[in-house]
Amino acid sequence: MVDKHLLLGDEALALGALHAGLSGVYAYPGTPSTEITEYIQRHPLAKERGIHCDWCTNEKTAMEAALGVSFAGKRALVCMKHVGMNVCADAFVNSAVTGANGGLVIAACDDPSQHSSQNEQDSRFYADFAMMPCFEPSNQQEAYDMVQEAFDYSEANHIPVLMRLTTRMAHSRAVVRQAHQPAPENELHFPPKDRERFWVTLPGISRARVKELAEEQAKFRQDSELSGDNMYKDGPDHSRGIVTCGIAYNYLMENFPEGCQYPVLKVTRYPFPTRLLKKMTGSCKTILVIEEGQPLIEEKLRGLLYDENEGNGFVKVKGRLDGTLPRTGELNPDHVRNALGLEPLDAFGEAKMTVPRPPALCQGCGHRDFYTALNAVLKKYDGAKVFGDIGCYTLGYMSPFNAIHSCVEMGASLTMAIGAANSGVWPSVGVIGDSTFTHSGMTGLLDAVNSKADITLCISDNLTTGMTGGQDSAGTGKLERICAAIGVEEDHIRTIVPLPKNYPEMEKVIEEEINYHGVSVVICRRECIQTAKRHLAAKNR
Amino acid sequence: MKKDIILSGVGGQGILSIATVIGWAALEENLHLKQAEVHGMSQRGGDVQSNLRLSSVPIFSDLIPKGECDLILSLEPMEALRYLPWLSRTGWIVTNTTPFVNIPNYPAIDDIMAELHSVPNVITLDCDAIARETGSPRSANMVLLGASAAVMDIVGPDKLREGIAAIFSRKGDAIVAANIAAFNAGLEESKKFSK
Repeated sequence: MVDKHLLLGDEALALGALHAGLSGVYAYPGTPSTEITEYIQRHPLAKERGIHCDWCTNEKTAMEAALGVSFAGKRALVCMKHVGMNVCADAFVNSAVTGANGGLVIAACDDPSQHSSQNEQDSRFYADFAMMPCFEPSNQQEAYDMVQEAFDYSEANHIPVLMRLTTRMAHSRAVVRQAHQPAPENELHFPPKDRERFWVTLPGISRARVKELAEEQAKFRQDSELSGDNMYKDGPDHSRGIVTCGIAYNYLMENFPEGCQYPVLKVTRYPFPTRLLKKMTGSCKTILVIEEGQPLIEEKLRGLLYDENEGNGFVKVKGRLDGTLPRTGELNPDHVRNALGLEPLDAFGEAKMTVPRPPALCQGCGHRDFYTALNAVLKKYDGAKVFGDIGCYTLGYMSPFNAIHSCVEMGASLTMAIGAANSGVWPSVGVIGDSTFTHSGMTGLLDAVNSKADITLCISDNLTTGMTGGQDSAGTGKLERICAAIGVEEDHIRTIVPLPKNYPEMEKVIEEEINYHGVSVVICRRECIQTAKRHLAAKNR
Repeated sequence: MKKDIILSGVGGQGILSIATVIGWAALEENLHLKQAEVHGMSQRGGDVQSNLRLSSVPIFSDLIPKGECDLILSLEPMEALRYLPWLSRTGWIVTNTTPFVNIPNYPAIDDIMAELHSVPNVITLDCDAIARETGSPRSANMVLLGASAAVMDIVGPDKLREGIAAIFSRKGDAIVAANIAAFNAGLEESKKFSK
C-alpha cells in the first residue's frame, strides 16, 4: 500500500506518530510546533481510537503526563516550541533517568531567525546534556519515517528520544508516502522488574541509573553510526569535507543539482556519528559544518584548544564560528552558496519602494481597547511600569500603544512586577493573557498574595490562545475563581469588557485597583476577533 | 522543468488558498512540490510570503535561492517588490494594484507602480475591482491566480480550474462558480499584457 499525502513537516511527524501506534499527544501551542497536535486532533484515527489530544496547561504538565503514559507501557508524543523545552526541562532531563517504558518521543520545534520567538536556542543541546538520542529529519518524508523509528528505538532501549524540527521544515509542505497500515496501540504494561526501581529517582537508585545511562552512550553512538539515517557519501574532491545536519543538507544539495563533488556527512541522528566523520578526516584537511541552529557540532569539532591558523591539530573547521556562515539566524541556499565559495546567482537588487510591515494587533481586537484604557490611566502617574508577557498583546509594545516595558518569557509579567514593586516601583502593573496566566502565572500570583505585593495584574482574556491561531485556553470560564482561590481578595478581582464605549468604566476600575495597595486583578474579557469571526462563520454555514 | 513561485501579501489576504489550488494541480500532474508557509506572529497584519516550488525532478531546498524565482504572485503591490532580489532576470511579476495600507509610512503608490514597471516582465491588475465586477468581492486571490495562469506554464488553466473546484467544493457549487468566474476574469485581463 502506498498513499500520498501533501503535508507540513509538523503534519508528517504527527501522521508518523499516529501510524506508530500513538496513545496520546501532550502539548502546549507554540509556533512552529502547533500543527503537530492540531493534525492529530483532526485525524479520524484519533477519534476512532480515543487518542488523548487535548491541549495541556503548559509544556511541563505535558511532558509529565506523557511520562505517565510511557510508564503505563503506551506510546506518547510531547510537542512544543524550543522555548517550551525550558519550561519542561526538569521533567525532560529526568525522563532520561527514569527511562521510557512505552515509547516516548519529544518533538521540539526550533525557530532560528526568531520568526515568532524571543530567542533561537537549539534543542539539540538539551538532548546532548540529558544524554538522550536526538533525531533530526531533513525533509517531510524523513519526519514521517523517523518518528516511527524513534518510537521503536525508545521502547527497545528504554530511553526517550528527542525529535528536532526547525521552522522551515515544520511549516513547509511536501509529498509524504505512507507505506504501511497504522500499528496497533500498545497494551497496558508496566516497567519490567529489573527497571521498575529507576522510576523512583532517590539518589541511591538514580546514581546507578545515571552511571548506566553514561555507559549506554557508546551503544547509542554505535546505533547512530550504523543506522541508515546518518549517511557518508564520498566525492572526488577531497580539498574539503562537508558535515550537514538536518534541513541544512537541502541547502547544500540545492547548490549541487548534479551531485556534490566533496565528501558529505549528512547527520540526522545523534549522538554524533564519529566513526563516519573519520572517513573524511583522513584526507580532508578542511571541514565545513553546515547546521541549522547554533554551532553544536562545529564547537565539538573545534574543541577548546582550537587555533584559527592551525585548526585543531587534525583539521580546520569552517562554519558559523569563523564567519564562513552567519553566526545567528536561519540558513538558506544563498548563505550556503557563499560558504562554498560559489559565485552568487545573477539577481535584481533590493527594491527601493519597500518599507517594513511589522505585525500588529488586529483591528477590533480587545487588547487594543485594553491598552488604550490602561495608557489613559497611567498617564496620571509618574514612574508607572508595565511588565508584559508572551502573546499577541506583546504587540502592545509597538506604536501607537508603546504600553509595555518588558517581555521575557511565559509568566514573567506578574513576577517581575512583584520584584519591581519590592524595589519601590509604583504603580507596578503586570499584563498577561489568559492562556499565559494558566500556563505560568498562577504560581506567581500565589507569591504575590503571600508577600502582599503592591501590584495590579491585568489579565487580558480573549478566551483563547490567540497568537498560535486560537487553541483552547485552559482557564476559560475559571479565571475569577482561580484568582479567588489563590487568595486575591474578592473585592479586588474586577472584570471589565474592553470596548470603546466602556472606556470611562474601564479607566475607573483600573485606576481604583492601582490605587489599592495590595494584590489586585483586573480581568479584561472579550473574545478574540479572529476566533469570533470563525465562530460566526461556522454558525451561519 | 521547474517553476519557482513566491506568493506574497499581507497576513489575512488569502495567499495560502492560492498555494493550495496550485499545489492540488501540481500533484495531479505528478510534479514534485515543496511549499514553505508563514505561520505565527507575522499573520497578524505583517508581510507574509510562501515559497512554492514545482518541478519534474526532486526538489531539495524548501526556500528559493535569490535570482531563481520564476514568478512572483502578489496580492499587494509593495509586497511584490519586497521579493525582487529573488526574481530571475527572465521571471514574471503578477500583482494586484490595490495597496493594503496598514502602516504610517506606506510609500506613494505611483512610486511603487513605477518601480514595478521597471521590471521587464510584469502584469498588474486591480484584483479587488475585478473581483467586485464579477460579483465575488472576496475572490481577489482567484483573480490573481487567473492572471498568473497565462505565465504559469507548468500547470495549465484547466488544471487550475479543476483545483479551484476541488478545493472549494465543500463550500458549495455557488462558491466554486464564483471563484472560477473570478479566475477567468483575471486570465482575460492578463491577455492585455504581451507575453
